[in-house]
Amino acid sequence: MIGLGLRLLGATAVAALAFALPASAQDKVKIGYAISKTGPNAGGASITQIPNYEMWVKEVNDKGGLKVGDKRMPIEVIEYDDRSNSEEAVRAVERLVTQDKVDLLFPPWGTGLNLAVGPVFNKYGYPQLTFSAVTDRAPELAKRWPNSFWMLGTSKQYVDALTGLLKKMRDEGKIGPNIAMISIADGFGIDLSQAARKGFTDAGFKLAYDKSYPIGTQDLSPLIGEAQRSGADTFVAFSYPPDTMALTDQSKVASYAPKVMFLGVGVGFPMYAQRFGANVEGIMSLGGWSKDNASTAAYAKKHEEMFKRGPDRWGSQIGYASLQMLEQAIERVGKLDRAAITKELQTGTFDTVLGKVKLVDNMMQDNFWLIGQWQDGFFVGVAPQRAGVGAPVVPKPAWKN
Amino acid sequence: MLFEVTLSGVTLGGMYALVAMGLTLQYGVARIMNLSYGELLIAAAFAALWFYSGLAINPMIGLLVVPPIAFGVSYAIYRVLLQPLVRRAKTRDALEVDSILATFGLLFVIQGVMLAIFGGAYFSYSFLAVPLKIAGATVAANRLLALVLAVAIGLGLYLGLTRTRIGTAVRAVAVDPVAAQLVAIDVRTVSALAFALGGALVASAGVLVSMFLTFNANLGVVFTLKALVVIIMGGVGNLLGALIAGLILGLVENYVAVFIDPGLTLAATYAIFLIVLLVRPQGLLGRSSR
Repeated sequence: MIGLGLRLLGATAVAALAFALPASAQDKVKIGYAISKTGPNAGGASITQIPNYEMWVKEVNDKGGLKVGDKRMPIEVIEYDDRSNSEEAVRAVERLVTQDKVDLLFPPWGTGLNLAVGPVFNKYGYPQLTFSAVTDRAPELAKRWPNSFWMLGTSKQYVDALTGLLKKMRDEGKIGPNIAMISIADGFGIDLSQAARKGFTDAGFKLAYDKSYPIGTQDLSPLIGEAQRSGADTFVAFSYPPDTMALTDQSKVASYAPKVMFLGVGVGFPMYAQRFGANVEGIMSLGGWSKDNASTAAYAKKHEEMFKRGPDRWGSQIGYASLQMLEQAIERVGKLDRAAITKELQTGTFDTVLGKVKLVDNMMQDNFWLIGQWQDGFFVGVAPQRAGVGAPVVPKPAWKN
Repeated sequence: MLFEVTLSGVTLGGMYALVAMGLTLQYGVARIMNLSYGELLIAAAFAALWFYSGLAINPMIGLLVVPPIAFGVSYAIYRVLLQPLVRRAKTRDALEVDSILATFGLLFVIQGVMLAIFGGAYFSYSFLAVPLKIAGATVAANRLLALVLAVAIGLGLYLGLTRTRIGTAVRAVAVDPVAAQLVAIDVRTVSALAFALGGALVASAGVLVSMFLTFNANLGVVFTLKALVVIIMGGVGNLLGALIAGLILGLVENYVAVFIDPGLTLAATYAIFLIVLLVRPQGLLGRSSR
């Protein structure tokens, strides 16, 4: 009985969401994507990725469509739910290419699914502009699949930036040599914690506590207690959004206020500042925004108007920039020639909300923040060292009730 | 430190028990293996969120409002959707299979409605996230509230079931619906009430859980699975069993997280589950024959 129940739960069959309109070949651009509308990835996908797609398509269509050659062609979207499942994502992308015959594809959400659909994008020669995938294999993948672009960088980049910050604080005597680290036992947590373990020890730090926890853990107070008892004054967690919320909440309850508090995905979400108010002060995470960038500020405003919530302070702006790049590349090529568009993306220089972007080996260079920190209610970029960088605040202010 | 870990384990266990109690009524008495159980919990969490951030209504008031609504909705679901299945089922096993299929469909209906209204994004709000000191150990007030409520409901319903006339009728239906009819118990009404009461319980769990967990429209399955483990471990239909099983799981998870390795909490949960199934297949407080 129970077995049957579990099997049924596992074999969930939801009809894919598709709003395909009648096709007419020449006067429209068909863009297709498979993304997690249900399942464990849906939370991240609907905060960082789907709004960007909807917003960009609406803006382009409001202008009359994509500029291809000397005419504007409205965009028609075909969307499928990959149910957070890689086989399903591969099937959906195959279907978009072979059945729906889309002109362009958008990538799915997350490292795992982007790696899963990579071979399909490559086989049919569609540019794949990922902006929710962080992997140390990015440089190697960009070589193997020249049509794939890894806008969010590698784990090592983030860890190096974080280690650099911590090293400076230690050398200035602001923090001690011990770090307590926890990580989620899933792609992102495993990748980042491996890189961090090496990076931290190479820089002369000692990991006083270093544990991973399974996905779906609903009480993180035992880990917070252990981190607290370890005596480390730097706390690093490579966590997913629900855990990031719980870690903040439970650290506050336990009055655990390490000098440096670095948490994972979710710190840049609009709901984070909304929920924790002044208590977000000093908390660090991946991503970050430029204080003085009028374009990203305008982007955030539009996002808020359209979706009643702001963008994610990590991936959202990078995702939007990648769509702007795609638009400009098509305009320059003047036709829907995917090989030429890919070539233009590889070599061209683009005007985006992030400023001028030129990719090197299919990856962004110094165009975005790796590490950010909440300061006066703004998630400001504090690493790497580039124009507009904020000075990190240590120690993190005490929790307020 | 041991006390602190125990305290947090007990509060976690209380939450597990609270989440599972409704299902033990629905499955144990009404014989409905409700796969949409977790979705109802999430729906109640959304209701509490909407009350709190949309209408500025205290979730404690939500706790008084949402469960009665869930009671009504569950009662209607039972009468409209499930009663025809009960009527045509020749055996108990046939009813269980039918109810699994029907509630499996219901799962997607509820989930789809929530996705349409709220989208797939994460939601959370802060309520009663204040530390309480108990003998030197700190615990969050909202989590403690879930524990207190779980114990109160568990004991209250246990007493209600064992000491009152209607409680006895409910237990009679749980043991043998055919024989219960022979002593003039209206089995259908009792089953519908038990199912509706289960719905009210899961809704109160949803309101409480929403105070400290981050949730989205897709999270229901997680709670259904946890509830299944707890009720099977505790003995299907037994509220006290669910309470004890929930507490055991919470304690084991937190002890393992602190004294062995947080990566092994899931493994430990299922190891305990397996041991109980091997030693006492009917569950900790379950009846030996069904």
